[in-house]
Parts: sequence; structure tokens; C-alpha cells
Amino acid sequence: MAGLATLLLLADGRLPSGGHAHSAGLEAQVSAGRVHDVASLGGFLQGKLATSGLVSAAFAAAACGDVTRCAALDDGLDARTPSPALRKASRAQGRALLRAGRAMWAVADLGREPHQPVALGALAAAAGLTPGQVAVAAAHGTITGPASAAVRLLGLDPYAVHALLARLAPVCDRVAATAAARSGDPVDDLPSAGAPLLDIGAEHHATWEVRLFAS
Amino acid sequence: MVAETDGIGGTRLAVLRGQSPLLLRRTGPRRPGGVTVHVVGGAAGPLRGDELRLDIEVGPGASLELLSVAAQLALPGRPAPASRLTITATVAAGGTLRWLPEPLIAASGCDHIAITRVAVEAGGSLLWRDDLVCGRHGEGSGDFVADTLISYAGKALYRHELAVGPRASGWDGPAVLGEGRATGTVVAAGTGLAAFTAAGRDLATFATTGTTGGSGSRAGSSIGARGGRVTGAHAAIMPLAGPGWLATAVGADIRTVRAALDPLCLRPAPVPV
Repeated sequence: MAGLATLLLLADGRLPSGGHAHSAGLEAQVSAGRVHDVASLGGFLQGKLATSGLVSAAFAAAACGDVTRCAALDDGLDARTPSPALRKASRAQGRALLRAGRAMWAVADLGREPHQPVALGALAAAAGLTPGQVAVAAAHGTITGPASAAVRLLGLDPYAVHALLARLAPVCDRVAATAAARSGDPVDDLPSAGAPLLDIGAEHHATWEVRLFAS
Repeated sequence: MVAETDGIGGTRLAVLRGQSPLLLRRTGPRRPGGVTVHVVGGAAGPLRGDELRLDIEVGPGASLELLSVAAQLALPGRPAPASRLTITATVAAGGTLRWLPEPLIAASGCDHIAITRVAVEAGGSLLWRDDLVCGRHGEGSGDFVADTLISYAGKALYRHELAVGPRASGWDGPAVLGEGRATGTVVAAGTGLAAFTAAGRDLATFATTGTTGGSGSRAGSSIGARGGRVTGAHAAIMPLAGPGWLATAVGADIRTVRAALDPLCLRPAPVPV
């Protein structure tokens, strides 16, 4: 089993996987006026963790636990991602993550553009990490990405935003533990918590001519 | 409830059986090909502790439309486990099912779960509508979970869970419903949907723009609106990865959701013979 330093590498925002180009739905909600300060960012991140955070963590853990399930898990994420803009964003991030991961470890063959959580799980398996560990990395990634995007989009105080992330860290751990506990379930039974405004926002965002983030 | 073809281009109901609070009544004029059934609430609820089931089977070539006469009101009731409504439906090749009920209202204090499992065989067609209002007028939402799986040709097409109410973390935050207290979805499954709904033929346009209706839904119109009010129907219609599409709307109340979704559920104009 790999150690904590390996897990930190996988969860590091400086991993060259293109994550900085995505706001995970935040830019659309900032533009709609729903996220405008640290408190509303907190509400956004809690909703993210409970929905796409839980789903990403469960699918990453499932892929890590058994990489032969990757194709079925990829289909399962398609069925959980009704927004074509979000499917495209997830596959673009999966592809970029896979490229970085292949330089680091011997990653199983996943096809060219797997969904991001599937790619993350397969990387973790190649790195010798456990499903429980990669679930933490996945849940952590679903809030740190949009939090850093919020600092750029709204000019929020980075100290206040990191204080918010520190308060959410135990929630992140709980979501990851739930996700990992369910990761052996059949694909149809894995978490499928959705967020209507993220889907709608992503579709509207994709039509903008000028935007800072790809999604 | 079992709908099957009558062999002469129509549909007959081989089984139509229900007991309170889910009574089933065949209604409406005879249409070529299809029958309409209304679900009538025969008692209050669902209340905590209720365990309800609705099984729908649409046979090859049969066409069934299911409506309800009034909104379903999930209520607290006595201290008991969550109330649960499990709907299973199968649609055979050449069969058509349109499920267009009135909204579910999650009254403050309710604890309700709706489990939906729909299997559409290759060559079947489905239109599945679910509207939700979070709390009656002026009250907070009760706890409600919608757990939905719609499959087509044996493969999951749409798998979705929505949780609202005090136990659902972040549900009223800007990622899930924001300040919206009503939401609705329409899922269409099958090939050849252009002829299946009035809106179907416009879907190519929707697929390009990714949006529909949407007073105030255009981003930018509300930039800087501090407090993040929902000012109109925020809606999108989305081609799924498999054969079908999903329309989702979130609004301050059910009227805005209906304005966005109702046009998608109209029957297509009859083809002139």
C-alpha cells in the first residue's frame, strides 16, 4: 500500500491535470447572483459535496477497488450526468488526468476519455492507494477546485475561503467514508445524488461567448 | 395496471386495480390507439409509515397515459418510519407510456421517499414527468428523497436522486435548488421521439442552444443580483448520453416550472390522414 505522500500528490491542485480551467459549476452560479460572498460559497460547496462530491468519491473508490469495472462505471456516470456540457467537462478532465497519471504510474487502459472519477480511481489503483483514500481525494477535489475559482471570480479573501474549507474538511471525510463504504455495490445502486441548478447552470454556461472557465 | 393492445389498433386495460389511497380510474374520450387513466387520491397522505406501490405494465403496441386528479401531499402523520411510494413500470417494444401526474408537495415535517424504476425495452417510448413543491405556502420543506432509475434496452439511461428538506445538506444552497422551492423534470426515453411529443421536433434547436423558455434564465441578466433571487424559470433541456432527453426546471413556485415544462408534454398534433 502506498503512503500518504502519494495520496497528497494525487490530491494536489498543482498536479498538471487541467483542473484549474474548470470552476465545477461555480462560474454559472456567480453570474446568476446565487454565489456572491463566502457564506453563499459555503452553501454551494455543501451542496456540491452532498451531490457530485458523493457520486465522484463513490465512483473513484469503485474504480480503484476493481479497475475491471471501469467501463461499467463510466456508463454509470453517463446516466448520472444528464447535462452534455458536464459530460464533456468530466471527460476532458479525465483525459488530462490520465495523461498526467500515465507519466507517474502504470495506469490500466481506460480508453481515451474516461469520466474524471473513473480516471482518478484507476490512477489511485496504479499508485497503490486504497478506495478509502481516493474517495477522500475525490471529495476534496470537488470543493477545492470551485473554492479557488471563487477567489478568482469574486475576489474573495483567500484566508476566509480557506477557513471555510477547513470547516468543511470533516464533512469531506464523512462523504468520502460513505462513498467508500458503498463502492462495492452494483453500478445502478451506487450514489446518484444530483443537483438541478448545476445541470441547468452548466448548460447555460456552455452557451456563453465569453467565460473565464471551461465549465 | 396492465395495458395491452386490443389487436385492432387500440389499447385495452387488462388489469386496473387499486386501493386507497391510490385509486385508478379510466377517464377521457377514446383516442385512437391509447387509453388514459387518472390516479385518484382515496385518502390523505402519504403519511409517515405508509408503504405504497404502483405497478404499471405497458405491453407491445399499447399506449397508456397516466394523469392524477390532484397534487399529492406528503404529510408528517404519526411518529413512524418514512412513507414510501415505489413505482415500477415496464414499457415493451412498440409501447408508449406517458406519466404526467400533478406535483408532489412535501409538507413541512413530512418524511417521504419516492422510488421510481422504469424499464423501457428497445423500441418502446416513455415520457416521465415529476414535479416537486418544497413545502406548502409559507412553510419550510419536509424531508423528501426522489430515487429514480430509468433504463432503456437494459441499460441505465437516467439515474438520479434528489434530496430536499432539513436532513439534506446544501439542498437550498446555490448548487442544488438555491432559493427555488419548486422543481420539475421530464425524461423522454426512446428513439423516434420527434413524433412522440409536440416539443420533440424542436429538440434539435434545444440541443443546439441547450436552453428552453427561460424568462430571466439568460445568464448575465442577473449578474450582481445580491441575494441570489430566482427571478424566473431556470430551465434546460439536455440530450442524454443514451436515446432520450431530460428537461429540468427550477422556479420560485410551481407556475414557473409548469411554464417551462408543460409545452414539452403536449401531445403531438394528429398527423393528417
